[in-house]
Amino acid sequence: MPRLSELHKRRRVRNFALLTVLLGLVALFFVMSMVRMGGW
Amino acid sequence: MAERQIELTAGAAPIEGPAIGDFVALLKPRVMSLVVFTAVAGMVLAPGALHPVLAAIAVLCIAVGAGAAGAINMWYDRDIDAVMARTSTRPLPAGRMTPGDALGFGAVLAVGSVSVMALAVNWTAAALLALTIAFYVFVYTIWLKRRTPQNIVIGGAAGAFPPMIGWAAVTGDVGLGAIALFALIFMWTPPHFWALSLYRSGDYAAAGIPMLPVVAGSGETKRQILLYALLLMPVSLVPTVLGVAGLAYGAVAAAMSAVFLALAWQVRRRDGHAGAPRLFGFSILYLFVLFAAMIAERLVAGAL
Repeated sequence: MPRLSELHKRRRVRNFALLTVLLGLVALFFVMSMVRMGGW
Repeated sequence: MAERQIELTAGAAPIEGPAIGDFVALLKPRVMSLVVFTAVAGMVLAPGALHPVLAAIAVLCIAVGAGAAGAINMWYDRDIDAVMARTSTRPLPAGRMTPGDALGFGAVLAVGSVSVMALAVNWTAAALLALTIAFYVFVYTIWLKRRTPQNIVIGGAAGAFPPMIGWAAVTGDVGLGAIALFALIFMWTPPHFWALSLYRSGDYAAAGIPMLPVVAGSGETKRQILLYALLLMPVSLVPTVLGVAGLAYGAVAAAMSAVFLALAWQVRRRDGHAGAPRLFGFSILYLFVLFAAMIAERLVAGAL
């Protein structure tokens, strides 16, 4: 099933991209909060 | 099993789904780079200072907001994009992505960028970013683009807002200097796009977009380009007059505006669309050089 394998590969890449975006947002909000509260 | 069902029921939708590169293409990265550059100029030239981290977040929000507007534009214009050679390979007309994916992506980024701008920077910058996205989507894309040859004259305001947003991110309001930067891009936009549409008029005509060369002919378009190039000269010097930029910038702006005017005159004088691609290329360089001169002058003055 080469078609299915390709589908899995694409989905895996997209899921990792989404995970990266979510982790990036967590980091962004953390840094933003620290700066706004005068911590940094 | 679920994947098989997707394969069987997807119909015309792409089976594999869009790639990451397709989402990046939706953001119009080349347009985004000019938006970011002019926004940074607005931040550098504004009086006052902003924490470097917040400044970086502001730039990120402006970039993402511009990308969101581009994605929603591609969602709405997918029918005419399919007709034009220049845009037919975009993710939607090429069938690599569903319209719903593009609209959802654009809407989430638009709301996200404005929200983060409001939380991290200030409400004025966030409101201006929201206004820019709304102006580009509703006023330019949906209302004007398919209805009037003045589409890019009025719609050009959307591209002129980024330095004002950058300025507002630092100061929390909109000063005269921000308006001068806005006016510079606003006056630059029509001759820039009309130069492109002179040699792409066939594409625009096929798609039914009433660009000036399609509606009024190339002679009138060349006259309008010359008129705007003439008006651009004094407008480009306003930052120096207001003290936002110095004499070095003024000299660069005067020289670049003179070349712009000379190229516009050549386009007007020559037959067909000869000289138009050169003017289009120079217009991009023009804006880049003017804003780079303003930034460089301010940074040098700050270092001395």
